[in-house]
Amino acid sequence: MTLSRLTIHELHDLLVSKEISATELVQEHLDRIQALDGNVKSYITVTGDLARKQAKAVDAKLAAGETIGMLAGIPMAVKDNMCTEGIPTTCASRMLEGFKPQYSATVVEKLKAEDFVMLGKVNMDEFAMGSTTENSAFFATQNPWNADCVPGGSSGGSAASVAADLAVYSLGSDTGGSIRQPASFCGIVGLKPTYGAVSRFGLIAFASSLDQIGPLAKDVTDTALILNAITGYDKKDSTSADYNYPDYTAALTGDVKGMRIGLPKEYLGEGIDPDVEAQVRAAAAKLEELGAHVEECSLPYTRYAMPAYYLIAPAEASSNLGRYDGVRYGLRAPAEDVAGMFCDTRKKGFGPEVKRRIMLGTYALSSGYYDAYYLKALKVRNLIKQDYDRAFEQYDCLITPTAPTTALRKGNNQDPLALYKSDICTIPTNLAGIPGLSLPYGTDRNGMPIGVQLSGKAFAEPALLRAAYALEQNTNLTRLKPNQGKGL
Amino acid sequence: MEYEVVIGCEVHVELKTKTKIFCSCPTDFGGEPNTHVCPVCLGLPGTLPVLNKKVLEYAIKAGLAMNCEIAHFSKFDRKNYFYPDLTKAYQISQFDLPICKNGYIDIETSEGKKKIGITRIHMEEDAGKLVHQGATITTSAGSLADYNRAGVPLIEIVSEPDMRSAEDVLAFLTNLKAIIEYTGVSDARMEQGSLRCDVNLSLRPAGQKEFGTRAEIKNLNSFRAVERVIKYEIDRQTDILESGGKVVQETRTWDDGKGMTFSLRSKEDSDEYRYFPDPDLTPIIVTDAYIEELRASLPELPQVKRARMIEEDGLPEYDAGVITASKALADFYDGVRAHYDDAKKISNWIMVELLAKVNAEGMELEAVKIQPEQMAALLKLVDSGDISGKIAKKVFAEMFATGKDPADIIKEQGLVQISDEDALKEMVSHVVEANPKSVEDYKAGKTKAMGFLVGQIMKQSRGQANPAVINKLLAEKLDSM
Repeated sequence: MTLSRLTIHELHDLLVSKEISATELVQEHLDRIQALDGNVKSYITVTGDLARKQAKAVDAKLAAGETIGMLAGIPMAVKDNMCTEGIPTTCASRMLEGFKPQYSATVVEKLKAEDFVMLGKVNMDEFAMGSTTENSAFFATQNPWNADCVPGGSSGGSAASVAADLAVYSLGSDTGGSIRQPASFCGIVGLKPTYGAVSRFGLIAFASSLDQIGPLAKDVTDTALILNAITGYDKKDSTSADYNYPDYTAALTGDVKGMRIGLPKEYLGEGIDPDVEAQVRAAAAKLEELGAHVEECSLPYTRYAMPAYYLIAPAEASSNLGRYDGVRYGLRAPAEDVAGMFCDTRKKGFGPEVKRRIMLGTYALSSGYYDAYYLKALKVRNLIKQDYDRAFEQYDCLITPTAPTTALRKGNNQDPLALYKSDICTIPTNLAGIPGLSLPYGTDRNGMPIGVQLSGKAFAEPALLRAAYALEQNTNLTRLKPNQGKGL
Repeated sequence: MEYEVVIGCEVHVELKTKTKIFCSCPTDFGGEPNTHVCPVCLGLPGTLPVLNKKVLEYAIKAGLAMNCEIAHFSKFDRKNYFYPDLTKAYQISQFDLPICKNGYIDIETSEGKKKIGITRIHMEEDAGKLVHQGATITTSAGSLADYNRAGVPLIEIVSEPDMRSAEDVLAFLTNLKAIIEYTGVSDARMEQGSLRCDVNLSLRPAGQKEFGTRAEIKNLNSFRAVERVIKYEIDRQTDILESGGKVVQETRTWDDGKGMTFSLRSKEDSDEYRYFPDPDLTPIIVTDAYIEELRASLPELPQVKRARMIEEDGLPEYDAGVITASKALADFYDGVRAHYDDAKKISNWIMVELLAKVNAEGMELEAVKIQPEQMAALLKLVDSGDISGKIAKKVFAEMFATGKDPADIIKEQGLVQISDEDALKEMVSHVVEANPKSVEDYKAGKTKAMGFLVGQIMKQSRGQANPAVINKLLAEKLDSM
């Protein structure tokens, strides 16, 4: 059982050279899921039959001598908040248990066009609200590095499945750090693209102005390959950007000479684990050594990002989640009258964190509070954007921690405010709509992986990939594996 | 005490686009429940709205026709509330930046001419329809939801509180309906619900500047209901104020059967819509070039057409008002006018014969089978003496029923007027011989007898005899006796 350890580009070469078949590859992954996912608990739904069928079709193409795309036949996993036609899409919520959409998300359609192989739908915090995947209504997912730790969230299933080699890559969604923080906790690469670069059609909304779909992968090359497949304008999403999307693999040169890299001081020091800070500084030093110019800089409004985020995101969520009323689909709690049905359905269907955020958002939008909370948060959001605009006049990218700490321990994450801080380094990029990439860079004193975050201006994904690839090529700190098997 | 009535209206108009506002489902009326729906208008998880550009075009056209300023920057907002007919638990609408504002409509009443201000016009989506198994949602054992109407585009037109009587309101609604119809953005049919009106009414002591507390009466779907509601509310609020009470600010509903309004909810309960900009839709940017393009595409509007009919065609104001109140009628008039010169004759036929038939049949003007060219041909046949005015009415009835050409009807039914003196002389002689008593009376100076004899001849000719010729021949015959 070694195929599952490989990356997309490695497996692609083996498929094309016919050293392995897609069927063989998918079977190894399904067997591994069977053997290990009882512990990891990353999958909510495994679509084995579908995966085998998709793999067979790729094998037929190969047998017929047809050329196949880079993602063809590569087994992957989809976060359970992206609609998949005819396949349960639950958002890890009782509210949508058994919900089978009649349509697929645009990203899923795009991957289908690339002959992807979908192993199944993976676990998450309910409606993508959380940082530990413990808010899943079904079960918690464990960190493959350490069974006592969370995989992060909300795309915890996406990160854990890839880290545990239960999928070659996965799709996650990121509203305030939900791709990057779990990628960091699980020692893999995660990228939140520029807002508008990947269609949101079919992504079940948490906070529409912040949500963005992106890849979680084993290395930087895979990340670029997935990005090639999923970015693009979509007329079904009005916020989708009509942009001339490049070939992202062109950025994988290993050359960072002359790159200007900023190290914002607000992301270091107090509140940041010293091991994490040390690795961020080490990564910056490495880039400098490779020819980049690195200097400390400042993003003064950073400290207001979290309060602004926790007004804007819940406000949008309180509206987005209104439709779960028991009338048309999903859970319906029987009651005496309509109002009772609405109340009981939502009481039973939503978990405590979702309810907390709906209440926060409802309050923030209420008349009399709107100006003081929601409107003020929008103004702060603008100031944060301006912070970045100024910074990107001088720098091609910024380097920061992805999260203040490595993976949190399981089970003592009851203080929501303490937990919200886990996203303190990732939230500002969502507010600004800019891309952020989390790259594994060594481990802490307990052997848990550390993530460094690279961020850039809108559509600067090539710059992030370039810097990340250089670190990957010039160190042995980025392709980490949970070898000790503590979590497996 | 003497009170002044203050009325403002909110009018919802369903736009005549082929597809819904945020998806490509058809907007057609009818259809089995839940057949004109898709994941987007059903608000299924993960779906997103995409604006139908036609909706923007129509809203701007309506705004221009009502003399509004068009916003260069506008946006959509979410109006959040729970109701089973609302698929997303919010309605996509426009809150603080509507597409049109600061316009007016001219009206004319017995008090003279007046401008009624248009505060704003905004775009929004319609909700679905609930079919309650009992009388109301509260007493119903269950309700069925039909989302065919969910996502049908609407514009809401909000007037200033500039109206002071039911007459003002009816004149305003008549003109508004005509303008909407002329611009072609909606059928504006109240009976089908494509035009609905909410009335805001308050009273204040005559001479007082501040407005009184208003009641909002929702969803009136006929002009008659609007008129009755206004009368009822004036009485109700007057009674409250006279007895020293206070009018409560609330939303009321009209029960047409009982002829009364009832409180639906007080304002405090309904105010909390948590409006905020819809993050799924981008701001609407409209250029001057686009606005001017739409302005140039507007057809002649009712006020202009009305003035033209009065000044150029010499029609009485009343006639011009009636004809221009409906686009179909005005178009018909223009069609006939293109082939026939006597405007007043056209107007008489339209106002008397055509409208009587249309109203008697309770049909839409669009369904009238008579083509304007055919109408012109009929009038020409009367002028040339080929048929009498009386026969023309008969031919008209047949044209109305079948859509046939008047000449064909006349031929088929042998209705050509008989002006041939030889043919008529025989009939005259015959009638004179058969009625010696009348002839005697005539000779004795009773001129009435002449009329009787003419009538008898007309009867014998089955109305086809040319009355002028008959009169002449009969006089000759009697004088020769």
